Amino acid sequence: MTFTTVFQNIIKILAKYWDVFLLKGVSVTLALAAITVFFGAIIGALLAIMKMSPLWILRAIVTAFVEVIRGTPLLLQLYIGYFIVPLLVPALEIGTFASIAVALIINSSAYVSEVIRSGIQAVDIGQAEAARSLGLSKGQTMTKVILPQAVKNILPALGNEFVTIIKETSLASTFFVGDLMTSYLVVKGQTYLAFESLIIVGVLYFVLTFVLSKLVGAYERRLKQSD
Amino acid sequence: MTDTVLIETRNLTKSFGRVHVLKGVDLQVHQGEALAIIGPSGGGKSTFLRCLNLLEEPDGGDVIFEGQKINRKGTDVDRYRQKMGMVFQHFNVFPHMTVQQNVTLAPVLLKKKTQAEADEQALRLLDRIGLLDKKDEYPRKLSGGQKQRLAIVRALAMEPDVMLFDEPTSALDPEMVGEVLSVIRALVRAGMTTVIVTHEMGFAREVSDRILFMSDGVIVEQGAPADLLDHPRQQRTQDFLSKVL
Repeated sequence: MTFTTVFQNIIKILAKYWDVFLLKGVSVTLALAAITVFFGAIIGALLAIMKMSPLWILRAIVTAFVEVIRGTPLLLQLYIGYFIVPLLVPALEIGTFASIAVALIINSSAYVSEVIRSGIQAVDIGQAEAARSLGLSKGQTMTKVILPQAVKNILPALGNEFVTIIKETSLASTFFVGDLMTSYLVVKGQTYLAFESLIIVGVLYFVLTFVLSKLVGAYERRLKQSD
Repeated sequence: MTDTVLIETRNLTKSFGRVHVLKGVDLQVHQGEALAIIGPSGGGKSTFLRCLNLLEEPDGGDVIFEGQKINRKGTDVDRYRQKMGMVFQHFNVFPHMTVQQNVTLAPVLLKKKTQAEADEQALRLLDRIGLLDKKDEYPRKLSGGQKQRLAIVRALAMEPDVMLFDEPTSALDPEMVGEVLSVIRALVRAGMTTVIVTHEMGFAREVSDRILFMSDGVIVEQGAPADLLDHPRQQRTQDFLSKVL
């Protein structure tokens, strides 16, 4: 296996299967990551609110949830989602993709809740004190003073979570959900060119995450400037 | 200064963990009075001031504002805080709002004023402190002194009955102290009830009706500025003043 043959094989694979990688793989990976982060952010925000609640029971539930999610492998969570979600709501006849998406969302919500909580707590305590000293209620202080500032901490971190999820969705290929890593399995199965297929998929993952990280970084710098 | 008591504390106590920061503080602040609180760091001055509008919750004792005990469960503290303006050492202006929005936020949100009324008032207040031309800037463009002046009018926009100043010049570059003190001076001259925690002895002497010396969680001594600063009776006051004057 020389460099030249590998290179020629890659060209051949791309010529024949480019749509499997680009149209199917990349788009499903991006869609899965976007769905995950979007719903993960919504649930994560709710968890973050619960975590900052004065009720200890709510805080305890969230803490336990976050610890369990962080302390077990994502692949295991995907397996559980794959088996459990269709059982929980059989009427909906949820397919594999949706089951895996649910598992990814639950996983991501745990991480995002910490992102949101720390983003809120990173806002100087003096801001809340100033708002309260003017007579603003807790809720008004949160929505008018704290959250608008916390967003600047949270959005870039959510962008980074998106980049992370792009890589983590590769585990979903275990269930053939059609993501980029599934494309690798498909093409390898047809061409028996495992190494070349891996190189292609690897380059695509890198380009995706590299470009997105740079975009997030640029966005972060712009937010910083407006401070 | 009138005989009406605006704020009163009775046997106020506060601990942080095992540290007793306030060990029973009794005080009456009269309407129109300018009160300065001096004393060594860690002596409880700032904690005491923050107990007045319940930013710190006292462990024991009463805080009575305009005749109402306000440190009681079920009290709508927000309503009382609207009448007690506070200015902080580190300004705490809102960085995500323009100078004008900083001033109008609370009056509009708390329905004291319409947006138009609040805007009109904000422009008047900003003009008074020389920040009118900065009204559409964000606070990051302001100097420390300008930020603190903004913080003062932000509090004034709620038309409070008393202004609490927590070391308002301690975080400022020396050349900016004067501009902030002159705003406070003007307020006191206009009859605003004022409680100011400060290290500026000259200023305390000049503007205040009464100076309080706090140390180790108690009011050690209090009196008219000339009496307290020039003829302190307590040993602790004498020691402190000999170091700072």
